Amino acid sequence: MSLLNLQLKVWRQNKGQTGRFQDIEARDIPDHASFLEMMDIVNERLIQKGEEPVAFDHDCREGICGMCSMTINGMPHGPEKATTTCQLHMRKFRTGDTIWIEPFRARAFPVIKDLMVDRSAFDRIQQAGGFVTVRTGSAPDANSILIGKDIADAAMDAAACIGCGACVAACKNASAMLFVSAKAGQLNSLPQGQPEKTKRTLGMVRQMDKEGFGNCTNQYECEAACPKEISVRWITKLNRDYAVATVHEAFGGGVERSEGGE
Amino acid sequence: MPLDSKIPSGPMAEKWSKHKQDSKLINPKNKRKYTVLVVGSGLAGSSAAATLAELGYQVKCFCFQDSPRRAHSIAAQGGINAAKNYQNDGDSVHRLFYDTVKGGDFRAREANVHRLAEESINIIDQCAAQGVPFAREYGGGLANRSFGGAQVSRTFYARGQTGQQLLLGAYSALNKEIARGSVKMYPRTEMLDVVVVDGHAKGIITRDLVTGKIESHAGDTVLLCSGGYGNVFYLSTNAMGCNVTATWRAHRKGAYFANPCYTQIHPTCIPVSGDYQSKLTLMSESLRNDGRVWAPKNAADCGKAPHEIPEEARDYYLERKYPSFGNLAPRDISSRAAKEVCDEGRGVGPGGRGVYLDFAESIQQFSQKTIAERYGNLFDMYERITGESAYKQPMRIYPAVHYTMGGLWVDYNLMSNLPGLHVLGEANFSDHGANRLGASALMQGLADGYFVIPTTIAPYLVTQSPGSVTTSHPEFKKALEEAHARTSRLLNIKGKRSVDSFHRELGLLVWDKCGMARDRAGLTEALQRIPELREEFWNNVTVPGSGEAANPELEKAGRVADFMEFAELLCLDALNREESCGGHFRTEHQYPDGEAKRDDENYSYAAAWEYTGDLANPILNKEQLTFEEVHLAVRSYK
Repeated sequence: MSLLNLQLKVWRQNKGQTGRFQDIEARDIPDHASFLEMMDIVNERLIQKGEEPVAFDHDCREGICGMCSMTINGMPHGPEKATTTCQLHMRKFRTGDTIWIEPFRARAFPVIKDLMVDRSAFDRIQQAGGFVTVRTGSAPDANSILIGKDIADAAMDAAACIGCGACVAACKNASAMLFVSAKAGQLNSLPQGQPEKTKRTLGMVRQMDKEGFGNCTNQYECEAACPKEISVRWITKLNRDYAVATVHEAFGGGVERSEGGE
Repeated sequence: MPLDSKIPSGPMAEKWSKHKQDSKLINPKNKRKYTVLVVGSGLAGSSAAATLAELGYQVKCFCFQDSPRRAHSIAAQGGINAAKNYQNDGDSVHRLFYDTVKGGDFRAREANVHRLAEESINIIDQCAAQGVPFAREYGGGLANRSFGGAQVSRTFYARGQTGQQLLLGAYSALNKEIARGSVKMYPRTEMLDVVVVDGHAKGIITRDLVTGKIESHAGDTVLLCSGGYGNVFYLSTNAMGCNVTATWRAHRKGAYFANPCYTQIHPTCIPVSGDYQSKLTLMSESLRNDGRVWAPKNAADCGKAPHEIPEEARDYYLERKYPSFGNLAPRDISSRAAKEVCDEGRGVGPGGRGVYLDFAESIQQFSQKTIAERYGNLFDMYERITGESAYKQPMRIYPAVHYTMGGLWVDYNLMSNLPGLHVLGEANFSDHGANRLGASALMQGLADGYFVIPTTIAPYLVTQSPGSVTTSHPEFKKALEEAHARTSRLLNIKGKRSVDSFHRELGLLVWDKCGMARDRAGLTEALQRIPELREEFWNNVTVPGSGEAANPELEKAGRVADFMEFAELLCLDALNREESCGGHFRTEHQYPDGEAKRDDENYSYAAAWEYTGDLANPILNKEQLTFEEVHLAVRSYK
């Protein structure tokens, strides 16, 4: 194990105020430590000096809860492919490096404090249709719904999204299309999700627009930044599902009614 | 106070149906007059909140994370058990029930476990209908894998992230109800206290973690779904925010804390690498399906690279000691075996606290591609953390604190002795006895939330006039003032040591004296040192910042203050229990071959501790365990 000396430029901001970068020297950081453990060491030293530690979101520290959210050297979750900030380790840096640490930036993700942002827009998008309406206790036997392994695997690929928001932070337009397409795509691919497909697609896309996320211009920074490697092909599928859904909506939901009105 | 577990009468297999039949109902129009407060949004909390809202109750749900989807259930990897018998390998409700009681070393309440096994079947149906992407066979049916402590294949899974997928299912059900207006969600909100009015839990005090505002919420009943207390050890596989505060505060208000000494040490975690370590990472138990655990036979070989140690110099100690279960021996047994090997000086890696989990044979048998399909994400995670590839060399693993079987005492209706306080999931003590089998935590969380509490909440609520207590009651005012006072006390100590430094010291002490093996001398020493450390904490901790804004240090300080009190009860319980069972191993009580020695005559009870105001002298209440179905036996996996 070796020790690193680093120069940090850390974003400091209080809610509702303007922020700035603070220079913090981080000396003797073990290279086996994770990035967040490096931040713990820095915070411990700030506390010892009587200063306020840097606030950042984190919880599971094993890359699955999606709570950690730093932009490191301009890249959400830092330079490692398919890795959340909490799983990034200091052995990927060299002594003498300058590291810029910022929050995930997007109009729809307001800063709460320092590196913590408010991502509740993601919850509201899912409340707008990201579910299958099935009452507890009303489900048929699980094996009565047969799903081909290829379809189940594809749905699982989409379901791997941890809702961290790196896709939004990586996008110059702060578009949430990769997130929304993964969430809608999982359910829209499965037989269980078919009855509510139109409603779900329209609801989630419209909520996304309402939250102030930008439009997708197919640059794919989102896919490159995604710690779970969600494919942009889900965006293609969402665009297709959305086009079909708007047509359905325009023509009365596409449901033939017994009164013959349509 | 005598403990009434309210176990229904009748044959084991009929108790739950009979209980459902006998339980009082509340008509749909009246349900919406009741307010239910749900603390926590993991599998138990989300599933309970969603289901109770579907039934018509008004639900408020609270979590400290920024979204309910981030609760720590999300991190469960391996799977969820269910007695579906889709494999036609002889599984049944009775077998799952039996395996769970035996796996828990005969310290669980039979009736609860049987109900759990019955409901396991419905859970899989429910989750599949929600769109949870379980692994499937080519024909489209669900796939299964094997897990420790069972000889049938009954574990359902979604790659290495079953917890995330099940939680996302429950979260989607919760979202559906939030959208309907029947659940009001409070993210980034931490519970600071329970409010008790005329002997009933009627509300909670919370702190908004963004604005710092401390508030009261009144309800007709409170559901604690706040998880376990594994972080008392500081290093554990729990998320950083997991804490004992909700259950401990309820304990201080009268709820009994049962069996805190039953803590589960998971055998397959990545070993500690240095003193900056903030948490330990689990490598799913499912890896033991294809990996073989070994250590060098000779201590002299420990420094060598694993490929330099020839086959005949390796000790596949689990296969040697437990030939019929081999690498799939239950968690407590596998963990202790690893500790023994390392205590003998045969451990590998930094500090000699590690053993190998070797995939070479499976890679040769099935190909690297197949192994990557099964465990690719785990191998990637291992490489990110250690910088080593487990395809090329064996993983190094060591046991770590993972789950806590103890928790608040509850009756068959999941209600604590404190009327109106229900406790679900890992936060209660009920189903796993002294040791939990793999893939059973997800099962319990969802059984409690989706299927048990929706039935068992009604018998309490019918006795209550809805909305009778509001936050204007003096008890709320008092609790609010206490919460404010405690917060400002923490902020004004302005000592020299950080919260983390205290937490780390407490954790090391508890791990050392009350970890994988415990003895009278060590526990006595811990019981002397914990109060000293607690006193130093209250005189010398420093919490920067203010209470009127986001302040993560303040949040941690409140949680660590509660761990400081809880740790004492943990050690007291471990000292009281003069036997070894499951996750509780007292070195004084073992067979000559090192196996745990239970004392059924004297300790076949759940220890339910009552708070007295004096932390060193709680009152011990006993719930005697009776076994109607399962024959008590020495738990053998040989």
